[in-house]
Amino acid sequence: MDLVEFENVSMRYGEDGPLAIENISLSVKENEFVAVVGPSGCGKSTLMKLVTGLAPPSDGYVYLGGKQVAGPQKGVGMAFQASNLLPWRTTLENVLLPLEIVAEYRHKFRREKTQFEELGRALLKRVGLAGCEHKYPWELSGGMQQRASICRALIHRPSLLMLDEPFGALDAFTREELWCMVRDLWQEEPFTVVLVTHDLREAVFLADTVYVMSKGPGRILVRKPVNLPRPRELSVTYTDPFADLVFELRDHIGRIREGS
Amino acid sequence: MTLAQRKRLLMKASPWLLLLFLGLFWELVCFAFQIPDYLFPAPTDIWRSWLEYRPQIIEHATQTLFTTVVGFVLAVVFGLVLGMLVGSSPVIYKAVYPLMVGFNSIPKVAFVPVLVVWFGIGTVPAILTAFLISFFPVVVNMATGLATLEPELQDVMRSLGASRIDILKKVALPRSMPYFFASLKVAITLAFVGSVISETVASNVGIGYLMLSASSTMDMGLVFAGLVVIGVMGVVMYELFALVERRMTGWATRGSDPAF
Repeated sequence: MDLVEFENVSMRYGEDGPLAIENISLSVKENEFVAVVGPSGCGKSTLMKLVTGLAPPSDGYVYLGGKQVAGPQKGVGMAFQASNLLPWRTTLENVLLPLEIVAEYRHKFRREKTQFEELGRALLKRVGLAGCEHKYPWELSGGMQQRASICRALIHRPSLLMLDEPFGALDAFTREELWCMVRDLWQEEPFTVVLVTHDLREAVFLADTVYVMSKGPGRILVRKPVNLPRPRELSVTYTDPFADLVFELRDHIGRIREGS
Repeated sequence: MTLAQRKRLLMKASPWLLLLFLGLFWELVCFAFQIPDYLFPAPTDIWRSWLEYRPQIIEHATQTLFTTVVGFVLAVVFGLVLGMLVGSSPVIYKAVYPLMVGFNSIPKVAFVPVLVVWFGIGTVPAILTAFLISFFPVVVNMATGLATLEPELQDVMRSLGASRIDILKKVALPRSMPYFFASLKVAITLAFVGSVISETVASNVGIGYLMLSASSTMDMGLVFAGLVVIGVMGVVMYELFALVERRMTGWATRGSDPAF
């Protein structure tokens, strides 16, 4: 079943501004891991806004779970390049924030706080943050903050997780650690992910399907299924099939850059 | 005593040392140039006046403290509400700001006669002047705190299905608290300025009145004693709010001393 569907979607900011994205059609199956790559300014973030209903399309239709998206969607998990943790809350309190907001949980929050806290602790443990529950965000390293941010995006079991360059600000080693963290989370209990990135290795390593976008306006150039077997070890990134895929995608992006 | 301990002791003692040094310097200048005490009294002269007029000074100081605090509390309540309105609605922001800046540019001393016509002399105009002069920083800081909320954070909250009230309660308000408490420290000192101005122009109680009547009899010792008392009250109130600030928003300074 398709969880997310775009039907000839175009989007411009303002009345007669330039098109941010043009005529995009794509679909994301339930529990599929999709990566969207492209040069900066190709409208990847616009795509996120459309899926989550934070902005309406100028043309075309966006469906989420079979229903047309109108207005902000409830219960979509989001994580950005900046962790956006609330500095006055401890890590655990930050992770529990969605449970205080999402309609399904908010009425139970006071009553079942201890259970929810257990849930939060368990999730933090899974991403390797056991023992950091009562630390404040500024006491964590950048990578740890990002782990906590992804926990916050997942705690309420959203139908869809949107990741907007979540590892962009991290160093190469931490980034690979976090790839593995996301891979494990997804492998253990699959959920639907749309990952926006401009790291091709990241896209190929994590995703089932990679979409390459052009810029000005953003269009989908290529849809590339990644058929590498799962579960994928980090060593797969040094094999030939992996390198071929990355090289092929790189070639497309290179052509976009020359063309513009 | 270790080096660190000595450093800490020096930090604590530094304001007192500076005060002592300035007092001695002042005394020395007055003594060396034989400045008559009806022009510029030395600290010892001020001390003598304090001892002589202590009951009257305390009585008038109590009145000033009362009008200041009442005016300040009104300013905080009003400033908080208006600041929240201004900060959370772009329309109100646009509409109110020029008017408020214009109003704040009027010297409040020019407004005291109007208040006297409306409310007579004494306590009420002093409270109102303190209020009028001190609400502005609260409004501006509160509005700034709310208006500078990160868009990503809003997106995270909205994609969870948070209402405007949710965002205000969970994110915007706690986030503006450092701005708010910073404004309290400015507002309390301004409130003293307001009430003393009003007492000087139109009252027969309060430190302002005491200083005016003392200067008309050339009793400079008493005038300066009044000045010192206002200063001391200002510092005490400031420190009080600085303490509250540290308690409430320690996360903003990450638990360390608020300085570079």
